[in-house]
Amino acid sequence: MTEEFEGMEQLRKIRAGDVRTASRLIRNLEDELPEAKSAIRRIFPHTGRAHVVGITGSPGAGKSTLVDALIASFRKREKTVGVLAVDPTSPFTGGAILGDRIRMQRHAEDPGVFVRSLATRGALGGLSKAVGDAVHVMDVMGKDLILVETVGTGQQEVEIINHSHTVIVVLVPGMGDEIQAIKAGIMEIADIFVINKADRDGSHQLESELMSMLNMVPEFQGGWRPPIVRIGNCFEPGPFGESLEELAAVIGDHYRRLVETDLLGDRMRRKTMVEIHEALRDAILAPILKEMTESGEMEEIAGRLLRKETDPYTIAAEVARRRLK
Amino acid sequence: MAEKKIRIMVAKPGLDGHDRGARILARCFRDAGFEVIYTGCHQTPEQIAAAAIQEDVDIVGLSCLSGAHRYLFPRVVEILKEKGAADITVIGGGIIPDQDFPSLYDAGIKAIFTPGAPLDTIVQWVRTNVQPRNE
Ligand code: B12
Ligand SMILES: Nc1nc2c(ncn2[C@@H]2O[C@H](COP(=O)(O)OP(=O)(O)OP(=O)(O)O)[C@@H](O)[C@H]2O)c(=O)[nH]1
Ligand SMILES: [Mg+2]
Repeated sequence: MTEEFEGMEQLRKIRAGDVRTASRLIRNLEDELPEAKSAIRRIFPHTGRAHVVGITGSPGAGKSTLVDALIASFRKREKTVGVLAVDPTSPFTGGAILGDRIRMQRHAEDPGVFVRSLATRGALGGLSKAVGDAVHVMDVMGKDLILVETVGTGQQEVEIINHSHTVIVVLVPGMGDEIQAIKAGIMEIADIFVINKADRDGSHQLESELMSMLNMVPEFQGGWRPPIVRIGNCFEPGPFGESLEELAAVIGDHYRRLVETDLLGDRMRRKTMVEIHEALRDAILAPILKEMTESGEMEEIAGRLLRKETDPYTIAAEVARRRLK
Repeated sequence: MAEKKIRIMVAKPGLDGHDRGARILARCFRDAGFEVIYTGCHQTPEQIAAAAIQEDVDIVGLSCLSGAHRYLFPRVVEILKEKGAADITVIGGGIIPDQDFPSLYDAGIKAIFTPGAPLDTIVQWVRTNVQPRNE
C-alpha cells in the first residue's frame, strides 16, 4: 500500500468517525511522528465546523464533573461531543495519571461521545502540545462540540485561549484570594464564569466581587459581558441539572454572538497564528537546534558562555547569520 | 521526535470497591514513566473496552478482589476482540485462586498477579511484554 493511499484511508475513517484511527492519530501527534504532520495536512481543509469550548480553573475546582454534566446536557440536545482532558506529566518520571476520565465514564459506551485524555508532556501553558491538532481530529470526526479541559491552573496557564472559541473559567468559593488569582491573567480570558460548588459559604461574596470587577471593564469585545453562572452541588441532581441547563444555554448564546459579530473569525485567526508560529518553530528552529546539539556545537557554546567569552545575544546573531541566509 | 510512551489503563470491573491496590498500581505505573488512565470502580466490561479503545492504550490492567474475575476478565478480552482491538494486551490481578489461572490464560489474559506480587515485578513484566503501540 502506498503512503498516499494509507493517508486517504485514514482520512476517510476519521471522517466516518472511527475512534481507533482518530485516537491513534492523536497519539502520533503526541509522539510527534513525522507521518502525523502529513495527516494534519490532509485533514486540515475539512476542519472548522465544531464549537470548541475550553474549561479551565484551579485544581479540584470541579472541571471534570462539570464536563461530565455538560456532555449529558449536550447529548440531550442531540449534539455529538468530543472531550480532550489534559492532566499533568510528572517532571520527575515522565509518567502521568490521567484521572479526568473517571468522572465521565458513564458516557463511555455512547457512540456520540469520544473522550481522550492527554498528558502535558512538559508543556507549560496548561495544555499538551498536541491539543490544537487533536481538536482538528475531533472536528473532522464530526463532533459538534469539543470540550477541552485544562490541567488545574494557577494564573499563567492561559494557552487555552488559543484553542477555543468559548472559554469557561471555573471558580470555587472559599479558596482564599480567588479574585487576586483571576486578576492576573485568567480574568482576561473568560467568556463565561462558573461559580462551582455554589452551595458553599462565600459564593455570594465571590459573585459580587466578580461583578464589581466586571463593572470596571469599560467595554466588552462584541458587547459580550461574561455572564456568571452559579452551579449548585453536583450531589443534588435536581438543582444541579437546572443550573447546568442554564450553562449549556449560555454556551450556545456565546457561540451565536461570536458568529453574529464575526468574532468567531477573530478566534479562529488567533488559533491559526499560533499554529503558524509552532509550525515555523518546528520547520526552522528545531532542525538547527538538533544539528547544533548533535555536532557538539551547543556544548561548546555553553562552555564559552560559562567562561563569559560571549553572551547569548551575540551567539544568536552569529547562528542566524550563518544558518538563515 | 518526542518519546514514545506506554499507555496503560487500570480498571476495576464489577461491583468491587477494593480500590487500594488499583490506586497503588496507577501510581507505580506513573513512576515507571507510563501514561496511566485510571477509570475507577464499578465498571462494566463494555465500559472498560470502550474506554481502552478511545484512549488508545497498549494494555489494560484489571483488578478484582471480589471473586467475579472468572466472568469479568474474559468478557473484556472478548469485547476488545469483537471491536477489532485484539492487539490490546489484558492482564489482571487481585484475589484470584490458583485453580482459576489456566482458564483465564486460555481466555486470553496474558498475566495474573496476586497479593504480595512485588510492584517492580509487575512493572518489569509490562516493560518486557508490551511496547508502545505494540509495534
Ligand atoms: C483492605 C480490605 C478491605 C477494605 C478496602 C479498602 C479499599 N478502598 O481498597 C474494606 C474494609 C473497605 C473492605 C471491604 C470488604 N471486603 Co475486603 N479486604 C481488604 C484486604 C484486607 C486487603 C486488600 C488490600 O487493599 N490489599 C492491598 C493491595 C495493595 O493489594 P491488592 O489489591 O491485592 O493488589 C496487589 C495484587 O493483588 C496485585 N493486583 C491487584 N490488582 C491488580 C491488577 C493488575 C492489573 C495487576 C497487574 C496486579 C494487581 O498487585 C497488587 C500489589 O501486589 C483483603 C484481604 C487481603 N489480604 O487481600 C480483604 C478482602 C479482599 N475483602 C474481602 C471481603 C469479603 C470484603 C467485603 C465483602 C466484606 C464485607 N462482608 O463487608 C467488603 C466489600 C467491599 C466492596 N465494596 O467491595 C475478601 C474477598 C473474598 C473473596 N474475593 O473471595 C478478602 C479477600 C478478605 C477475606 N480473606 O475474606 N475490604
Ligand atoms: N461539594 C461539591 N463537590 C464537588 C462539586 N463538583 C465537584 N466536586 C468534587 O470536587 C472534587 C474534584 O472534582 P473534579 O471534577 O475532579 O475537579 P477537577 O477540577 O476536574 O480536578 P483536576 O482535573 O484534578 O484539576 C471531586 O471530589 C468532586 O466530587 C460540587 O458541585 N459540589
Ligand atoms: Mg479534572
